[in-house]
Amino acid sequence: MSKPFLSIERLTQQFPDAAGGTTTVFENASFGIERGEFVCILGHSGCGKSTIMNILAGLGAPTSGAVTMDGAEVSGPSLERGVVFQNYSLLPWLSALKNVCFGVAARHPDWSKAQVEDHSRKYLAMVGLEGDTVLRKPSQLSGGMRQRVSIARAFANQPKLLLLDEPFGALDALTRGTIQEELLKIWGQTEQTVFMITHDIDEAILLADRILLMTNGPYARVAESVQITIPRPRSRTEIVEHPNYYAIRNHLVQFLGHRSKALSGQPSNGATQSPETVVIDLTKPADDPAPEARLRAVNI
Amino acid sequence: MPMLSINQRGALLSVLMLVVGLLFWEAAIPEQQLATEMTEYERLMGGGAPRAAIPPPSDIIAKAWEELSDPFYDAGPNDKGIGIQIGYSLYRVLSGYFLAAAVAIPLGFLIGMSPVAYRALNPYIQVLRPISPLAWMPLALFIIRDSEASAIFVIFICSIWPMLLNTAFGVAGVRQDWVNVARTHELGPFKTAFQVILPAAAPTIVTGMRISIGIAWLVIVAAEMLVGGTGIGYYVWNEWNNLDLTSVIFSILMIGVVGMMLDAAFGALQRAVAYAE
Repeated sequence: MSKPFLSIERLTQQFPDAAGGTTTVFENASFGIERGEFVCILGHSGCGKSTIMNILAGLGAPTSGAVTMDGAEVSGPSLERGVVFQNYSLLPWLSALKNVCFGVAARHPDWSKAQVEDHSRKYLAMVGLEGDTVLRKPSQLSGGMRQRVSIARAFANQPKLLLLDEPFGALDALTRGTIQEELLKIWGQTEQTVFMITHDIDEAILLADRILLMTNGPYARVAESVQITIPRPRSRTEIVEHPNYYAIRNHLVQFLGHRSKALSGQPSNGATQSPETVVIDLTKPADDPAPEARLRAVNI
Repeated sequence: MPMLSINQRGALLSVLMLVVGLLFWEAAIPEQQLATEMTEYERLMGGGAPRAAIPPPSDIIAKAWEELSDPFYDAGPNDKGIGIQIGYSLYRVLSGYFLAAAVAIPLGFLIGMSPVAYRALNPYIQVLRPISPLAWMPLALFIIRDSEASAIFVIFICSIWPMLLNTAFGVAGVRQDWVNVARTHELGPFKTAFQVILPAAAPTIVTGMRISIGIAWLVIVAAEMLVGGTGIGYYVWNEWNNLDLTSVIFSILMIGVVGMMLDAAFGALQRAVAYAE
C-alpha cells in the first residue's frame, strides 16, 4: 500500500494548560489526502482543526508525529503549501494586484516584473477581478473581493497543496455562494489539491470529494471520512436535487449533533487513530458488492 | 449670502483674530514723550532717553521685511542674516536627528523583534529618556571638546527616544497574520523586514520621527543659547543682549514658522506611509 500524496501520521498535539498539566488536543491522528483531491474537515470550534491546519502549513510544530507531502517531510512553511487565511491576510499597504504579485514574485524570483504582473492579473481575472478594481487597496474592497484576492494569491503560486482556513467564515451567505462557485471553477481549471476547514455543512458537500469529521476535543479524533457521492460538476442549485444529498447531509448533521460529543475525550492508548470510511450512495442497488469501487480509494 | 465652508469660515476668523490682536498690541504701546515737553527735573532724571519698551507690531513687520529681503548677508560674527542663522540651526538639527534615526530605527527593530533585547535594554531607556537633553551639555563639551559637535550630540540624544520607542512598539505590534504571510511565502529575514514589517510599522515609526523632529527643534534654540556663535538660538540671545526686542520677537516668530514647516514635512511623510486596514 503506497503512501498517499499528503500523509498525516500519528500526529499528536499537546498544550500546557492553566493548572500546570497538559491538554491533549488530538492524539495519534492519521489520515491521508490524494493528489488532486478536495478535502474538507468539519468539526466544532476548539476541536483542533486550526491546529492541524497550522501544522500542515508549517506555521506550528506538532508535539509528535509527522506530516509528509510528496515523499518529503513537512517542517516549516513552504511555497509548496499555499494558505488562504480566514481574515484574508492581505497586506493593506499594497493594492490587490501588488498583493498577488508579492506572492508570485516570491515564488518566481527570476521572473521579470511584467511576467509577474501578467501572471497575477490572469489569476485575479479567474476570480472575477479585472480592470481598475485590482489597483485598489484592500480597504477599498468588500470582504468578498478581499477573499477573492487572497484566493487568487494562493492559486497563482500553484502550490502542491492549498490550505484554506475557513475562507468564507466572515462573509455573508450570498457572497459566500458566489465565491464558492468561483473556487470550484478555479479548482477545476488547476487540479489543485485542497484541504479546507469549514463550519458549513452545505459548503463542505458542495466543494469536497471527501469530508473528514472531527470529534470534539480534548482527545479529538478524525473519526470518519465521508465520501461525497455526488458527481461533478456540481452547482448549489442542482446538488440539492441529488438523491444522495440529504442522506449525506443527515449523516453529517447527526455526527456533529451527537457522535462528535459521544466520541470525544477518549485517549487513544497508543492506537493509531485513522478515520473510518463512510460511503452513502442511494443511487446504487443495496446488494452491490463493492460500493467503494467507483470512488477514489483512500489508502490509509 | 451664500454659506461659506467650514475651512473658509475658520480662515476668516483666524485673519480677524490676527488683525484685532495686532491693533490692540499697536494701540497698547505708549507714545514716547518728547523731551522738549518735559520739565527740567524730568529731563535730569533721564526721561528724555528712549525707554526700552515692547515694540509695536508695525516695527516688527518692518524688521521682518528688512531681514527677509536679504536673509543671507554676512557682516561679521555678530551680524549675519536670518537665513544663515536658521541654516546653521537646521544643519545641527538635521545632522543630530538623522544620526539618531540611523541608530534608533535599527535598534528599535531589534527591540521590537526580540523580547530579550527589549527586557535587556528597557531599564536603560527608562532612565536615560527623562533626562533633559541640556543636562548632557557639560559632559558633551568636556568629552567632545567642540561646541558644534556638542550641540549636535544634544540633538541626537533628545531625538533618539521617541523614534526608538515608537519603532520598537510598531515592530512588536505588526500583526502575526502578515508575518505568517511572509513565512508561508518563504521570505528571508531581510525581505520580511523590508517588505512586510517595515511598511506595516511605518506609520508608527514616522509618528515617532515627527515627535522627535519637534523636540529637536525645541532643544536646538536652548542649546545654541549655551554654545553660542551661530544659529537661531544664539541670534535670539544676542539680540536680547543688544536689547533689540524687535529682532527678538521677529526671531521667535521665525522659530515658530520653521518648526511648523518641519512638522508639516513629517506630516506629509506620515500621510504617504499611512494605510487603512
